[in-house]
Amino acid sequence: MSRGGPRRDGVPAGPGSAGPVTARGERRTRGWQDSLREYALDVRGSVRGGERGPLLVIAGLIVIWIVFQGLDDKFLSPRNLSNLSVDIVGTGLVAVGIVFVLLIREIDLSVGSVSGLAGAAFAVLNVNHGVPEWLAVIVAVAAGTAVGAFHGVFHAWLGVPAFVVTLAGLLIWNGLTLYLLGASGTINIDEEGLVASLTSRHFGNHLAAYAVAALGTAGYALAAHRRRSRHRAAGMPYRSRGEVWLRTGLLAVIAFAAAFTLNRFQGLPLALLIFLVVLVVSDYVLRRTRYGRRVYALGGGVEAARRAGIGVERVRVAMFMVSGTLAAVGGLFVASGLTSASPTTARAAGSGMLLINAIAAAVIGGTSLFGGRGSPWSVLLGVVVIQSIASGMGLLGVQDAVQFMITGGVLLAAVAADALSRRAQARRGRP
Amino acid sequence: MARPPVLALRGITKRFGGVQALVDVDLQVRAGEVVALAGDNGAGKSTLVKVISGVSPADRGLIEWEGRLVQIKRPHDAHALGIATVYQDLAMCDNLDVVGNLFLGREIDRVGVLDEVEMERRARDLMRTLSIRIPDVRVPVAALSAGQRQAVAISRSLMGAPKVLLLDEPTAALGVEQTSHLLDLIEEVRDRGMAIILISHNMGDIKAVADRVAILRLGRNNGLFDVSTVTQEQIISSVTGAADNAVAHRSKGDEEAWP
Ligand SMILES: Nc1ncnc2c1ncn2[C@@H]1O[C@H](COP(=O)(O)OP(=O)(O)OP(=O)(O)O)[C@@H](O)[C@H]1O
Ligand SMILES: [Mg+2]
Repeated sequence: MSRGGPRRDGVPAGPGSAGPVTARGERRTRGWQDSLREYALDVRGSVRGGERGPLLVIAGLIVIWIVFQGLDDKFLSPRNLSNLSVDIVGTGLVAVGIVFVLLIREIDLSVGSVSGLAGAAFAVLNVNHGVPEWLAVIVAVAAGTAVGAFHGVFHAWLGVPAFVVTLAGLLIWNGLTLYLLGASGTINIDEEGLVASLTSRHFGNHLAAYAVAALGTAGYALAAHRRRSRHRAAGMPYRSRGEVWLRTGLLAVIAFAAAFTLNRFQGLPLALLIFLVVLVVSDYVLRRTRYGRRVYALGGGVEAARRAGIGVERVRVAMFMVSGTLAAVGGLFVASGLTSASPTTARAAGSGMLLINAIAAAVIGGTSLFGGRGSPWSVLLGVVVIQSIASGMGLLGVQDAVQFMITGGVLLAAVAADALSRRAQARRGRP
Repeated sequence: MARPPVLALRGITKRFGGVQALVDVDLQVRAGEVVALAGDNGAGKSTLVKVISGVSPADRGLIEWEGRLVQIKRPHDAHALGIATVYQDLAMCDNLDVVGNLFLGREIDRVGVLDEVEMERRARDLMRTLSIRIPDVRVPVAALSAGQRQAVAISRSLMGAPKVLLLDEPTAALGVEQTSHLLDLIEEVRDRGMAIILISHNMGDIKAVADRVAILRLGRNNGLFDVSTVTQEQIISSVTGAADNAVAHRSKGDEEAWP
């Protein structure tokens, strides 16, 4: 998976690469031990280089799981893990939107309110006004896109700092949500409907989960081998065959273990599948397309991007539109999980819990608040960490007050790690 | 000299709030010619570069390209004409690697999907032909030394085979060897018919490669000399204003008329 930044993964920037190209061009087929050692050096180099590899976070996640399992042995049960895999999706989608905005070195504080607005808009349209579900969904998501465009225009063309625009948005859209729900109070959505099925539907057939695991692994292996042979054909440095197999193997183990666990409960959740598709697509767009390159460029230097002829304002507006859209989609998943939209949940959305969780998920996974570094995949890891903590605390019956403090503390820790790694990079960057 | 100038600026004027950065500046450069632009700190050299490259267009004045009037309102306009620029601050994206920076804004793609292999291959070829030594074209430019960054910026400017090259203090961060290497490079592309505007504080560099030297002082033209005949003292006195010449006096009169 990615280590953040649009660089070819697996190329060490450490002292090993100081020589001319040929020194690394010789990374030919070698034994497993060599691959492992190289990988370990890579990881060590990137940790010391201030790049927070995913390994540290994975280690943290394992600790969290062990602790909660120790406190309550239901924590790692297939049922709880399966629920976790559904519960991460709402926050996760919102966080993917946040990643797009963080990459251009901005922030969107309105996502919690926008997600609440989408849920409420859907419920009011569908339940109160009898609008067909599919149309209500489209309107709710389009509302998110429009709200994002609104923020983007204020920021990009009027030059208002994004955090102020979206802070105002936080209140405005939350107010609008409460206003929409005002007349009717809590609205229960159709439990058999499209939106409810977003989180309730599971593919009971065991083959589904395994097929997705196999497809993902095979897709990764194919892409990696294709890159490898293209690089080799062009006489450029490439990963050793062992390293490619090692990475593929790790991915396969994780994917099939997850599929096995999900199949021991209700099978592959539709929500998880949608989330994975969004991750794959957005990662591809950001890291492999010309458009994505512009996004990273903006995060690395607005002025440089502008002088290279990139339409900075347009990209900015587009990123806020992505963030608004994904916030709305995430909001539909939240409403789906609750099978309702209510003033209470709208107030909760306005209180910033979802916002904080989404930002924390992005940053924990390795997306930088300082722009230009990170990727959508970072969200997967981050949101699993966040949701594990929330789920564990829920199982243990920890009261809200304490949950707030812990969630805030986790965000602060993640951001501090981000700032420290940035400083470490700056130290190394300029000798 | 029968050839028309490839680029001619007439009466370029630009102000930033209360600061008159450029006042009625004229400048011409022909194909196959190196014009040096000299002047004290704050004389307006970089501002002039940004006018030509479309980064911050002039308030007033005309730009002629190969004899016809053109508008340069955005960096894109300058790129389209064939103007390439190495900015004083280099203007690079620290998080992108060398390849990403070289191809920024003109990536090689197939239906929108980046062709990283082809870009990397061309980047290596370019580095090789320019004999620029960068340890790894896949490191983020933040990890390069100042001289290496400058080398990358220079390679980037040469990539699209431009007709006019603007170099804003390109030797500032270079060592002795790299400087002489860059000067050789300038002569080489000049001989291939490129027009070059070279900003430098270094008299040695100017003497070595420039054909003419234009002096800016406090945002105005303050002399234009043939490098083969001018003395260092003449240049220095124009730069410092010790010998305000007729051009400067004329411009001063203009300033009083300017609201
Ligand atoms: N963006 C800006 N906003 C306000 N004033 C500016 C701006 N850019 C330049 N100036 C002013 O315009 C004048 C000319 O600046 P410029 O950068 O062109 O000088 P220069 O000749 O390149 O100097 P140096 O040799 O130090 O690079 C200076 O007085 C500077 O303060
Ligand atoms: Mg300057």
